[in-house]
Amino acid sequence: MSKSKLIVPEKKRISRRSALKLAGAGAASLFAGPGFVRYAQAQSSEPIRIGFQVHKTGIGAAYGKWYGQTTDAAVKLINEAGGITGRQVEIIAEDDATDPGRGAEVVEKFATQHKCDVAFGTLFSHVVMGSAPRAGELKLPYYVVSEGHHVASGKLNRYTFQPGITDVRSQVISMAPWIAKNLGKKVAIIFPDFAFGYDHRDYFSAAIKAQGGEVNALIPIPPTETTFSRYFAQIPADTEVIYHVMVGPAVLTFVKELGEFYGGNHPPLFGFIDSLEAVSLKSPGLEFLEGSYFWEAYPRYAGAKPTEFDTFYRGKVGVDQYGASVADANDVSTYSHMFGCWETLYIIKQAMEAAGYKGPDDRAKMIEATEAITTIPEGNEHPQGDKIFNGKIHQVFGHQNITQVKGGVGELVYRTTIEEGMYEPEADYTTMAL
Amino acid sequence: MTARIVMLHGAVILALFLLQFVASDYAVLTITRIMVLAIYALGYNILFGYAGLLSLGHAMFFATGLYAAALGVTRLGMAVPEAFLFALACGVIVSFVIGLIALRANGVAFMIVTLMFSQAAFLTVLYFGDITRGDEGIVIKDSERAFSAFGTAVNLADPVLRYNIALAFLAVAIALCLVVVRSKIGHVLVAIRENENRTAMLGYDVKLYKLIAFVLSGAFAAFSGAVYALLFAYAGATLASIQYSINPLLWTLLGGAATVLGPVLGTALMFLLVDFASGFTSASLLFVGMVLILLVLFFPKGILGTLRQRWWRWLP
Repeated sequence: MSKSKLIVPEKKRISRRSALKLAGAGAASLFAGPGFVRYAQAQSSEPIRIGFQVHKTGIGAAYGKWYGQTTDAAVKLINEAGGITGRQVEIIAEDDATDPGRGAEVVEKFATQHKCDVAFGTLFSHVVMGSAPRAGELKLPYYVVSEGHHVASGKLNRYTFQPGITDVRSQVISMAPWIAKNLGKKVAIIFPDFAFGYDHRDYFSAAIKAQGGEVNALIPIPPTETTFSRYFAQIPADTEVIYHVMVGPAVLTFVKELGEFYGGNHPPLFGFIDSLEAVSLKSPGLEFLEGSYFWEAYPRYAGAKPTEFDTFYRGKVGVDQYGASVADANDVSTYSHMFGCWETLYIIKQAMEAAGYKGPDDRAKMIEATEAITTIPEGNEHPQGDKIFNGKIHQVFGHQNITQVKGGVGELVYRTTIEEGMYEPEADYTTMAL
Repeated sequence: MTARIVMLHGAVILALFLLQFVASDYAVLTITRIMVLAIYALGYNILFGYAGLLSLGHAMFFATGLYAAALGVTRLGMAVPEAFLFALACGVIVSFVIGLIALRANGVAFMIVTLMFSQAAFLTVLYFGDITRGDEGIVIKDSERAFSAFGTAVNLADPVLRYNIALAFLAVAIALCLVVVRSKIGHVLVAIRENENRTAMLGYDVKLYKLIAFVLSGAFAAFSGAVYALLFAYAGATLASIQYSINPLLWTLLGGAATVLGPVLGTALMFLLVDFASGFTSASLLFVGMVLILLVLFFPKGILGTLRQRWWRWLP
């Protein structure tokens, strides 16, 4: 399909056939939208268009807001520094409603209506799963910021990458040794009853077993659930560690009810910060979390000695030392996820520049350039830390952090090596056709 | 069937065929999706528009086809044509069984029963997450969608081919709807909708006709689900949620219940409306809601329903 199918009359006298074509073209222009003619112009003078698939509504809205703010800050910085290959970057944001069906439509829109060069930004796994096949068919490079293991699992395609944030499998296996050594070996896992939770269930169970530990209870909670106390009653009395991870709008209720159930007398708690993203640890009812531990990809509390890169990043995004908006201390960010947007945009920049990207014809080169990335140094572009990218499985590996709640903030107690989160590749996307 | 009716519906299908030659790439993709979902709405209309039975649970039939097709090609090793037939058969069986139970209720009770069944189906998809991959869903690889027809390799990733496959299915669905609604079955369904007791007194087996409508409607939904999964390479639990039970109701109401082309028009308009509104506001559903309020005020029978009431009395 090419743009030349937009037909215009060549003669003043209109035949029935040309009238039919004109009518069709008129109808088509309704779909093409107001930007269609502009996009038909030469690519070289046009900005690099990055389609931003964002959860503005739906259960991912809290993440979407901060993904948007981080993306805007990174793009402003990139443009101030001269853009990508000398071209300014333009973000075209479309709400996917945190819905895989709409997500797929948005990807189609990026590729064929907005004429985006690449798409990026998606968080929730089901949206990635629904959208990735469309990106692959349309040969639109699709850089997700999702955490899911779906990319590294080999289920998707050569056009889908996750270069800015580590996956659940990596996060989980790097936590197990520390938990077994410091908290206990008999672990009850509370997890969301869908694929994201299954990754926690499966990979953590195997990882803790490898440490000589055991999972004494698996407690799945449906994503539609709004009350949780009855699930906590399933936690065995001899549990040494409660491992919890929850996502969605009910996370605060989940954690509060966990506190109400146990009071101050609970086994050591180890949670994934997903359970409290965009929620202040100082929220009323969360006092029981004092002393408990969290996994954080990127600690929201800057601590006494933040890196210069972290300070730079916080300043540009507009986040204070506690991970809240500088404009509103009650507006807590999704700090352990949103940095992925920032870092992914810099990977896109790096890949485009390495590929000498000029337009969609160079997408294949861009894919290969991304796959060729190996080490990623810490810096303003990658403030969370240095990383290793595996081009075969399109997945990045990085440091993970364990923080302990002290005085209502999470203080860093352990930072893993990158190697602690690495595993044998399950696939090789580079063997797929471009 | 009058020539005028055949010509009108034929013209719509012909227009859709010709549209691909002038439409933008995005329009081709969008219309493909609309045509697939319009099959779902056409089936819903048989039950709601003609038989007067308002189901709030049709997502379970859509999901039946969706997962039957997806699991058929990914786990059972079926070729795509077999998966279509398998999904259709599953749709018929599931709708028959559910219909036998749900049709024992009437009115609001029927709505609630179908809603409950659908929610049970949705939770079943999540419960068997190891098979269905629950919320995350199943991605169907290109190799699993590849098949040959008449000695020719078929690539469902080709947007033009996909458009024409969707169009062919939609054309068959429209033709089937026309045949059904203008047959004795269609007339009896309308009679049931207008006065069920009188229809029964005239000697018609009301339960049987309602079951026929239910199964037909479920089969259309399941087939649409199968086409959706195989053309767009994805099946996920969200597509079994209540939102996908409400959608065909809205599409049918917008286009005109009890008109064959109404659901097709309604699907297209609603789809384009959401797409257009989401381009400038995150409150796109508020925008859609306002349009629906206007519709109820000025086109209470839907667009084509109102046109038929005022001018085109012959419209089926």
